[in-house]
Amino acid sequence: MTATSAPARSKVAARGSVPAARRRRRLPFSPWHLVLVPATLVLLFPFAWLLITSVETPAEALHFPPVLTPHVLRFANYPDALASAPFGRFFTNSAIVAVATVLSNLVLCSLAGYAFARFRFLGRTALFAVIMATLMVPFQVTMIPQFIITKWLGVHVLAAVGIDHIGALILPNAATAFGIFFLRQFFRTLPLEYEESARVDGASRLTVLIRIVLPLATPALATLAALTFLDSWNNFLWPLIAITSTNQMTLPLGLATFQGAHSTEWTLLMAGNVMSLVPMLAIFFLAQRYFIRSVAATGLAGT
Amino acid sequence: MTVSHISARRGRPGDVRRKVADSEQFTGWAFVTPAVVIIGLFGAAPIVWSALMSFQRSNLLSPSTPFIGLANYRQMVHDPVVVQAIQHTLIYTALFVPGTMIVGLFLAVAMNRKIRFISVYRTAAYATMAVSTISEAIVFIWLFDPSYGVVNYFLSRIGVPPQQFLNSPSQALYVIVLMTIWGWTGFAVVIYLAALQGVPQTLLEAAAIDGAGPWRTFRRITLPLLSPASLFLAVWLTINALQLFDEVYLSTQGGPLNATTVLVYYLYNQAFQQFNFGYASAIAYFLFLVIIVITVIQFRVARRFTYYRS
Repeated sequence: MTATSAPARSKVAARGSVPAARRRRRLPFSPWHLVLVPATLVLLFPFAWLLITSVETPAEALHFPPVLTPHVLRFANYPDALASAPFGRFFTNSAIVAVATVLSNLVLCSLAGYAFARFRFLGRTALFAVIMATLMVPFQVTMIPQFIITKWLGVHVLAAVGIDHIGALILPNAATAFGIFFLRQFFRTLPLEYEESARVDGASRLTVLIRIVLPLATPALATLAALTFLDSWNNFLWPLIAITSTNQMTLPLGLATFQGAHSTEWTLLMAGNVMSLVPMLAIFFLAQRYFIRSVAATGLAGT
Repeated sequence: MTVSHISARRGRPGDVRRKVADSEQFTGWAFVTPAVVIIGLFGAAPIVWSALMSFQRSNLLSPSTPFIGLANYRQMVHDPVVVQAIQHTLIYTALFVPGTMIVGLFLAVAMNRKIRFISVYRTAAYATMAVSTISEAIVFIWLFDPSYGVVNYFLSRIGVPPQQFLNSPSQALYVIVLMTIWGWTGFAVVIYLAALQGVPQTLLEAAAIDGAGPWRTFRRITLPLLSPASLFLAVWLTINALQLFDEVYLSTQGGPLNATTVLVYYLYNQAFQQFNFGYASAIAYFLFLVIIVITVIQFRVARRFTYYRS
């Protein structure tokens, strides 16, 4: 009752009464800082401790009480970590897999999403239903057959997409049900007029998609790219199953293997961890707007 | 055809109408085929295949894979580790999901204002989203190291004796809850902040004028308006929680004494360490069933509490 009747007079009244009542006892800063500063410290502490340990000497790391401020900064941990595991290789592999997955998703999901949004063809409804069904099934259900299929493909069709090749990390995710669904939904919100008039002017359907529809869909494509990138970059279970050779490993898998081999050499481990973390943090901050907007979009779409 | 319908309905000269359906058939299939082949091969076919496998005795050692009916499912009932894994998965989910939502909601409400340094605060929360589960797990193993960990040091400062954390069967699962809540904080904050920005200022002002205090305004106005976001988070976090694997694999390998063996870890163990594909497929389908049942329950319950404007 109150909520619905009030908005009309709120503009007038709010200015006068509310802030005045609140002004009585004011801190020189917003009281929310008292909450946010400790919360931020807790959130950032793992990062800080990671960095500190990565430049400590092994003796300092294995000391109790912990050395909170190292006496000398031992940057040699970084070359040492690089010498015991090829983090550069892991990074390159992760980057290749992520970029290839993003690009192929943008292309294949655009094509399929557009067809599902605009064309009528035999079997469209059934196909779309099957694709939607795969969206609901957790990866754990499909991973064993996926492993067998990938193994078979590598032996009988093309070694580059078989087990123990980074191609095996790209191909199964080269088009995703989520991407098709997401773009289809977006394409359906676009006005038909542009597409129609381009068709009247003699443009092919592919030209219409590339020249008219995709430019209008840039925000959706950016969202799909950001989400696909994050997913690919952080994927662990499938690489763990599909990859065994060090030189084909992605960062999460390489880091996990490195941890298994050096589980007590904390300074090395943290240096390796920093090197694995920094590229993604950098990408994330450079494109923060896109990542945030994309994640928020999934939430708002879900609501 | 869709095109022609609409242009005809709008009464414009439908030049497009003459385009024969054949070209649309062909183009339609040409456009969807690459994606459909990939999803069919790696997404759809495996669903059927693993369903079949769950009724077979299938492992890498023997070449034949005889159908054994429901034996794999029956084995689950009598497997004490499966029972434990289900318990651990549910305990983990019951702590992780509300924990992440409360932390996310609290921080998002605190950050939903224009005060100084707000972008610093927000960025600190967002940063956790850029951390892979593996990086996160390694840092937390170190923070919670029983001998040299900084958490034990902080505890010692307030007079608490050193804890075994990940080495303790009674604590390990809770440490994993903490590390994953940290890892998901950024995600929850982003979702709640986006939803908070959709709460109309006029409603809040109106409530204030009518004499509602900040807490009441939050309880009666903000929280109901956030309910769609809360439902999304609850469902999304639950699906992810039921599939917990990375952190367990890295930090405890299911131990100590199976204390952190969750469903997906046991499934992985059965599939790719014991190579019991049939049994693992049965566990996978059981997991799928659990996810469906819990999600349906969430939507059912939410129907009563979720408030949609429009």
